[in-house]
Amino acid sequence: MSEITREQVEHVANLARLNLSEEEKEQYTSQLNGILNFFEKLNHLDTANVEPTSHVLDVYNVMREDVNRPSIDREEALRNAPEQEDGHFKVPPVME
Amino acid sequence: MSIFDKKIAELHSDLDGKQISVSELVDASFQRIKQTDDKLKAFLVLDEEGAKQKAKQLDGQLSKEGEERGLLFGLPAAVKDNIVTQNVTTTAGSQLLANYNPIYNATVMERLGAAEAIMVGKTNMDEFGMGSSTENSGFQRTLNPWNNEYVPGGSSGGSAAAVAARQAFFALGTDTGGSIRQPASFCGVVGLKPTYGLVSRFGLISYASSLDTIGPITKNVEDAAYLLSVLAAHDPFDSTSAEVDIPDYISSLTGDVKGLKVGVPKELLGEGIDQEVKEKVEQALKVLEGLGAIIEEVSLPHTEYAVPTYYILAPSEASSNLARYDGVRFGVRSDKENNLIDMYKETRSQGFGAEVKRRIMLGTYALSSGYYDAYYKKAQQVRTLIKQDFDKLFEKYDVLIGPTAPTTAYKLGEKTSDPLTMYLNDICTVPVNLAGIPAISVPCGLASNGLPVGLQIMGKHFDESTILRVAHTFEQHTDHHKERPQL
Repeated sequence: MSEITREQVEHVANLARLNLSEEEKEQYTSQLNGILNFFEKLNHLDTANVEPTSHVLDVYNVMREDVNRPSIDREEALRNAPEQEDGHFKVPPVME
Repeated sequence: MSIFDKKIAELHSDLDGKQISVSELVDASFQRIKQTDDKLKAFLVLDEEGAKQKAKQLDGQLSKEGEERGLLFGLPAAVKDNIVTQNVTTTAGSQLLANYNPIYNATVMERLGAAEAIMVGKTNMDEFGMGSSTENSGFQRTLNPWNNEYVPGGSSGGSAAAVAARQAFFALGTDTGGSIRQPASFCGVVGLKPTYGLVSRFGLISYASSLDTIGPITKNVEDAAYLLSVLAAHDPFDSTSAEVDIPDYISSLTGDVKGLKVGVPKELLGEGIDQEVKEKVEQALKVLEGLGAIIEEVSLPHTEYAVPTYYILAPSEASSNLARYDGVRFGVRSDKENNLIDMYKETRSQGFGAEVKRRIMLGTYALSSGYYDAYYKKAQQVRTLIKQDFDKLFEKYDVLIGPTAPTTAYKLGEKTSDPLTMYLNDICTVPVNLAGIPAISVPCGLASNGLPVGLQIMGKHFDESTILRVAHTFEQHTDHHKERPQL
């Protein structure tokens, strides 16, 4: 595992939809390197034949009957929206 | 005896004998909060009006003879703020959700309501559960009731402090990597993390979905058994909710540990564990041995890998879960918006605190193209090894016992500058979440600094009855749970 650069921190921040200040970029580059370096410890273990665990219980698809059930009414669903218009969530322009 | 020190069963007999009313209990709780919370800051939101109204209604029922009463009838409860409560602001400790007013109740709130408990308010926490000291709250710092210069632990620090300070009769917490047990340990109260899947997560604001659990924080073990009896149930709204028979937790408290096989993992009493904490745990083991338990040293060989494994898996899951905070459907939207992408970025950058951003960055990196196998998959494989360590020991032992935390509470600000130092402190609790097993923290004495030490009892999947029985037996033969902070 290699060192994370400032450019990579900027790239990851963009993927995560975060704007970082110059100071944050600096700080996260150094802190993430410290943490990633600590993760190196896991490479001491040979896991070539080990199944990954994503979930401790036996995971299976949980199905239910496809029947009508009450759903949230529109007014309730929009109650927490920062902006709304004509019964819809309103967002800033998607394209310039 | 002060009503605040009484057990649920004792309070119910007082209510039955008309020595006290539900309204008086609720008033006492709010009075106590008003006296103490300016300083402690355990609560983010109070629902005094709702609680008093509910109390009046329950007092009306109390006067009718022969009516069936809920298991938590009339008792004031505190609820961690990442559990959604209909029409009561729910922030999960994040500025991004400062104005979020849920339109529905979490399943655990429906169950508390059906058991006729009364919620007095929502408690402070590390933002989205990310932290071990409650210092990562976007709103305020909660102080440890035992000594105001110290942290209450986290992330359920508000709930643990509220119970320790007797502001509420019990509380709900959540535990992803130790967030019920460690603050319970730091605040000298009982905290139970149930088996993953035993208690519904529906309406719990997700941090790391494969690890998140909800459980009780109480003054004594018997109350924890009451709470768990109410909380444990299959829920069709949570697809990871287990379909298992729920035993009678209250009648499992037999006070008998004769012949019980106890494993003591040497890794949890080794390097990095404070000497006094070690001594308290060893004294507790002597008590159990004196009562007929068989104590043997055992090994969990992959313990040293648990913290790095956890800090890859939990932030990875968090980076995905927290993608929903985009300022569109709920939350505080940034007003510096030119286009949609900028709005997302500004909303998230202004709303999230430093630790949440750090974990999102870490998780996004670990899941990003080219790094997935090296970090995420690797950690999932090591998780298997950690789980197998426990499986092997539980073939032979009924419970495993060790400390809940390597030290007593630390000072405010002591571990905030270096995130890794804070992470390493989770060593005793994260293995339990990775394996998905239940564990309980019970007070096992005060260290020379006057701060509480917690004993952690870990059990087999869905065997909460046994860890409750062991914890209860220990409690009944010691006086540690009678210690309480002077406020």
